[in-house]
Amino acid sequence: MSDQPILEVRDYSKTFVLHEQGKTLPSSSHVNLNVYPGRLTALIGPTGAGKSTVLKGIYLTYLPSSGQLLYRTANGGRVDLATADEHQILALRQRDIGFVTQFLHTLPRQSTEDVVAMPLFQRGVERGTARAQARDILQRLNLPERLWGVSPATFSGGERQRVNLARGLLAKPRLLLLDEPTASLDPKTTDRVVELIAELKQGGTGLLAIFHSPALVERLADAVVELAPPPGTEHFFEGTTP
Amino acid sequence: MVNDNISTPTLDKVLEVRGLGKVYGNGCPHCFDLTGPEHDTNICPRCGSVVAAHNLSFDLCRGEILGIMGESGSGKSTAVKALYFDEAPTCGTAVFYDQGNAYDLYALNAAQQRQLRNQRFGMVYQNPVLGLNFNVSAGGNIAERLLMSNLSHYGEIRQRATTLLRRTEVLTQRMDELPKNFSGGMQQRVQIAKALATNPPLLLLDEVTTGLDLSVQAAILDLIMEIQQELGTAMIAVTHDLGVIRLLAGRTLVMKYGRVIESGLTDQILEDPQHAYTQRLVASAL
Ligand SMILES: Nc1ncnc2c1ncn2[C@@H]1O[C@H](COP(=O)(O)OP(=O)(O)OP(=O)(O)O)[C@@H](O)[C@H]1O
Ligand SMILES: [Mg+2]
Ligand SMILES: [Zn+2]
Repeated sequence: MSDQPILEVRDYSKTFVLHEQGKTLPSSSHVNLNVYPGRLTALIGPTGAGKSTVLKGIYLTYLPSSGQLLYRTANGGRVDLATADEHQILALRQRDIGFVTQFLHTLPRQSTEDVVAMPLFQRGVERGTARAQARDILQRLNLPERLWGVSPATFSGGERQRVNLARGLLAKPRLLLLDEPTASLDPKTTDRVVELIAELKQGGTGLLAIFHSPALVERLADAVVELAPPPGTEHFFEGTTP
Repeated sequence: MVNDNISTPTLDKVLEVRGLGKVYGNGCPHCFDLTGPEHDTNICPRCGSVVAAHNLSFDLCRGEILGIMGESGSGKSTAVKALYFDEAPTCGTAVFYDQGNAYDLYALNAAQQRQLRNQRFGMVYQNPVLGLNFNVSAGGNIAERLLMSNLSHYGEIRQRATTLLRRTEVLTQRMDELPKNFSGGMQQRVQIAKALATNPPLLLLDEVTTGLDLSVQAAILDLIMEIQQELGTAMIAVTHDLGVIRLLAGRTLVMKYGRVIESGLTDQILEDPQHAYTQRLVASAL
């Protein structure tokens, strides 16, 4: 196991500027954390601590306000994601960095099987092979077989979550970000997810995850980072905005 | 110390646009100072010229779909029309990289431009009337384009047209019918088949799904993604539909009154827009 982090977040801060409301909204302030290959770092903290913001910040869905996001590439080079150009980020998302969220945006007619196999398609894996692997992981995540051939557009929350997980895990990225990946799953499927995450860790993937239950943190985390709400926002989520 | 060693083998540049602009009218020294988002107009108050697009710069790589969004009149179509040589730009450059050559598009002569347009670029217009010849059949439209390239054998052309129409899900039994008999969605698919006829490395799509039924839109978006993945075609997709942008484009430019007011990764533009205008646009689409 390597002692070099695959990701070092240094002094990361994010403030949203909402022009219409004339507001600035601090969301993350001076966050520091490391993610190591083959290990899972869990992000914990109260609502409003900016856990999801940090994940979206690392994925560059949110532009960082300040700080460094140092990513170590397969050949040992280092990229500060905060300043990398957009094409570099797109290339990393395709090959290196995965993100499982609770949202699923898919093409209208695409079958679940193809949605899950998509990251493999994009890397040039032969379609038949990629689909077979997709079916395999859908099976392991207990998604009923009758759903594999249809579009996930009308799926329930739990079914969608399985599709998202299947896609994110099948891609075996070097760095995987997970935002409450098991929030709407039954205990049996959750056990399967735990198993699959353990397999990814064995394969060397570094994970940064938010879990809705402390029990899962207990089961999966090798390190825990606690975030506190940024100064000045303590009251924001209690409905008593100053 | 950082960003040194990243290998990015997929970054084959297809197009490099710098400072592209188009003014309709005679222009005056104040056109650019007195138009744009801060002035809430693209019409110069001094001389009445329309600054349809000003100072567009971007790169496009192989297999990439770049989205251009913005409200009506912001200059989206102007940008793709300039690249397809429909309208000569007033200023700026565009370099097209193809098979080891670099073509400085607006320095080429008319014959060279025509050749690129016929063989290496594909365009799907907002209005099928612009993209299709309504006096010849669907198959004939595709044949026209193939004849302008290098295919000249009747059997081969017919074969290729059949393949393309099948690919875009136009019933091949109808290939000898005139486009006016077709629904809007079918016309759009014939346009796509025509644009793809020569396997162009660059495809320009102007509001390709606007005005179509949702199910037809779905089929067309699906087809576009398949083409991108299988052929590695680079595309520019112009649309005011944020849903289309989200599904298709990796990166997006936001235009207003002829200017690019913001650009970035598509998910970033939609979830963390920086400019007040984009924030409003995204909020109102939710
Ligand atoms: N031939 C022309 N002569 C004068 N003005 C023109 C001409 N063509 C376009 N314009 C103007 O240039 C501006 C940009 O037009 P353009 O067609 O690029 O807008 P667009 O962003 O594609 O809008 P839409 O979403 O409505 O298609 C508009 O103000 C338009 O009226
Ligand atoms: Mg237009
Ligand atoms: Zn003027």
